[in-house]
Amino acid sequence: MSEDTAAVAARERTPVVKDNGRGISALLASPAGRNTGLVVALVLLCLGGVVTAGDRFADVDNLLTILRLAAVIGVVSVGMTFVITGGGIDLSVGAIVALSSVWATTLATQGIANDTHWIVIVFTALVVGGACGLVNGTLIAYGRVVAFIATLASLAAARGLAEIISNRKTQIVNVPGFAAFFDASVLGVPVLVVIFAVVAAAGWVLLNRTTFGRRTFAVGGNPEAARLAGIDVRRHTVWLYTLLGLCCGLAAVMLIARTTTGSATHGGLYELDAIAAVVIGGTLLSGGRGTIAGTVFGVLIFTTLSNVFTLNNLSISAQAVAKGAIIVVAVLLQQRLARRSGA
Amino acid sequence: MTAPAAALLSVRGLVKRFPGVTALQGVDFEVRAGEVHCLLGQNGAGKSTLIKVLSGAHRPDEGEIRWRGEVVSFGNPTAAMRSGVAAIYQELDLVAGLSVADNVFLGHELSTAGFTRRAEARRRTRALLDRLGHPEIWPDRDVGRLSVAHQQVVSMARALSLDGQLLIMDEPSAVLDPDEVRVLFGVIRELTAQGVAVVYISHRLAEIREIGDRVTVLKDGRTVATGLPAREVKTSELIALMTGRALDNVFPHRKPVDPVAPEVLVVRGLADKNRFRDVDLTVRAGEVVGLAGLVGSGRSEILETVYGARKAADGTVEVDGRRLRRGSVGAAVRAGMGLCPEERKSQGLLLDQAVYRNITVSSLSSFAKFGFLDDRAERARSSRLTEALDVRPVGVDRVVRGLSGGNQQKVVLARWLLRECRVLLLDEPTRGVDVGARSEIYELIRELADRGVAVVVVSSDVEEVLGLADRVLVVREGRVVHDGPADEIDESRVLDLVMEGHAA
Repeated sequence: MSEDTAAVAARERTPVVKDNGRGISALLASPAGRNTGLVVALVLLCLGGVVTAGDRFADVDNLLTILRLAAVIGVVSVGMTFVITGGGIDLSVGAIVALSSVWATTLATQGIANDTHWIVIVFTALVVGGACGLVNGTLIAYGRVVAFIATLASLAAARGLAEIISNRKTQIVNVPGFAAFFDASVLGVPVLVVIFAVVAAAGWVLLNRTTFGRRTFAVGGNPEAARLAGIDVRRHTVWLYTLLGLCCGLAAVMLIARTTTGSATHGGLYELDAIAAVVIGGTLLSGGRGTIAGTVFGVLIFTTLSNVFTLNNLSISAQAVAKGAIIVVAVLLQQRLARRSGA
Repeated sequence: MTAPAAALLSVRGLVKRFPGVTALQGVDFEVRAGEVHCLLGQNGAGKSTLIKVLSGAHRPDEGEIRWRGEVVSFGNPTAAMRSGVAAIYQELDLVAGLSVADNVFLGHELSTAGFTRRAEARRRTRALLDRLGHPEIWPDRDVGRLSVAHQQVVSMARALSLDGQLLIMDEPSAVLDPDEVRVLFGVIRELTAQGVAVVYISHRLAEIREIGDRVTVLKDGRTVATGLPAREVKTSELIALMTGRALDNVFPHRKPVDPVAPEVLVVRGLADKNRFRDVDLTVRAGEVVGLAGLVGSGRSEILETVYGARKAADGTVEVDGRRLRRGSVGAAVRAGMGLCPEERKSQGLLLDQAVYRNITVSSLSSFAKFGFLDDRAERARSSRLTEALDVRPVGVDRVVRGLSGGNQQKVVLARWLLRECRVLLLDEPTRGVDVGARSEIYELIRELADRGVAVVVVSSDVEEVLGLADRVLVVREGRVVHDGPADEIDESRVLDLVMEGHAA
């Protein structure tokens, strides 16, 4: 009998990953619940938009603008979710976007694109972005440089290289097929938004349904245990940064399409926006836990916030203050929930 | 030596509830000045909670704590320390990078108008270390550079720095080798002779007999026996009290190893840069080989090098006749090797992830089609394994962190069972595992061997090596100094070999 009570007591003491809720606190602590919090925040923001800006906010064109703006940083943030879940960080994403955008829009590249096919621009941006990620990953995994430092160095170097290539000039894109493709809409949804949706969905599947994703959680949760379990942690790390690099290349393409330019100033502070979106989404900065859905909500919250502020003629500086406040509140809330659901 | 004295600390009817569970449901015991009072109980019996309540980290829900005859309620650990009660936890709470003296006075720094009085701190640290019988520890040394045993001494100095009268030690010997345990016991005797009381928690019954005066046994958050004489009480009685059932033989029966069974693991001339060299090791199918040696003798390093987690400087490792690439865990795992590492939590487990994910992490590809995982199959296979191993509480979706040490170890074992590995390397398989679960793990290891797995066990516990292994290798200072059948050698001979030429 006492044996049984011990087992029962132990069972109750142990937190369960899936728990079909006891009360609201249990619901909020569940994976779906964490997103509920984000949904509520987003809905409140939208309500704020409707109240203060009325029809100017609740307008299809305006909402599509929000999504179009969210799409570029969103693609970077999905990649960032992988790196952070895997226990890393990448400060160079903005610089990689800039370098990719510049490299893909040089006169030479555009010339080849005009002679052959506009896809050359896309291809170039992806290769440049992927290569930057590969360098980051290799430095971190095999060179044993701390991720923070390695990517800080890449940040400086990549943006510098972008300035050299572009000679600090904004490069205007004049490739008809390219613009036509990316300016189009699918059933009323801009192509940029479709790309973001596809990347987010693919990211979700990759993180939650594949061996690659599972290994990412393992490597981020406990790299030593992952290594001793037979996972090639270093190779996996390289893949993670390369994946993020590819996302940056894709984001560069989308940015080129949206602004019709390539520039060394593109992607300014993307690293902060992406990390902030990932973190308020519920991904653990120390690795081992990550959520793509949370990241998507994080991106949408920030972009909607900017939009509401802009519609109300509030300054960029005020937006920055609000962003900072949101990050702090979100992290405090998460810690609370984590404590309640944990030990 | 144990002259009856008035109770220094007495605890009556202590109850502590956490959301969903009552961790303590009626604990009574008392500690006298100058005695070593041992707390015994399986994992989950409530020992850790009790320590936390006594040291002020948790507040009790019911019951009273009397300290020197007066009812007290410590709001926090510092308040408890100021009253003279200090706890030393399993995970030492020292700050590497700070000096010994800084650590001793961390949180109650000596200062005048905000300026630290470093010379005074050094002087007092010196005095405390002298008192503990370790004048060789230098107060200016970086704590991170000290051995674990010395770090423990520093922890004790810290506990005594506020005139500690009662020291609570949570499994202090778990991280020490036999030599260092002797040092620890010396310190404890020194302290009790000065009238300090020690509450000592350990899974090792032999230690309790050696150092303890009286024993209190906890089970399911209750005191089931208290004030037992530590030297006289029978082992079988203690085990029966702890587990609620009689446990006559801890080690499973071993069958003779088939002398013509194939040699599964063959290691020749293995060496690394400086920790060990010329290691030869052959393990047949169905054989359990034990590696005995002190911490630092190189035994763990040998195991990790065989597994490829460290790169060998010289020598070869073969599994089933195929030579493995040096320094590649992946190659070792693919060849059918598995390792249960020494530090289960930091090296073995993904603590915040579900049980089934910890089990399948080394076999992901067998659950994947084109890289896509079959979650349901993973859970089903893991369920079957955890049922077979009797992992409690039941449920493969539970987070591993919440399991006891023994059940966590079973999860690591399940990982390699799932792969049906040919060679299993176990480093300290029963560290932090309570007596009941320990015998289950022994049985499991034996069962694996009987199914033809080649097993290598490293342990600081000589009794464990001798009881479990068919053949024993003794490692000293990076060399194998003995290799022979387990039944032809006894504990004292092994200890002799282990210690020979070693400054006591």
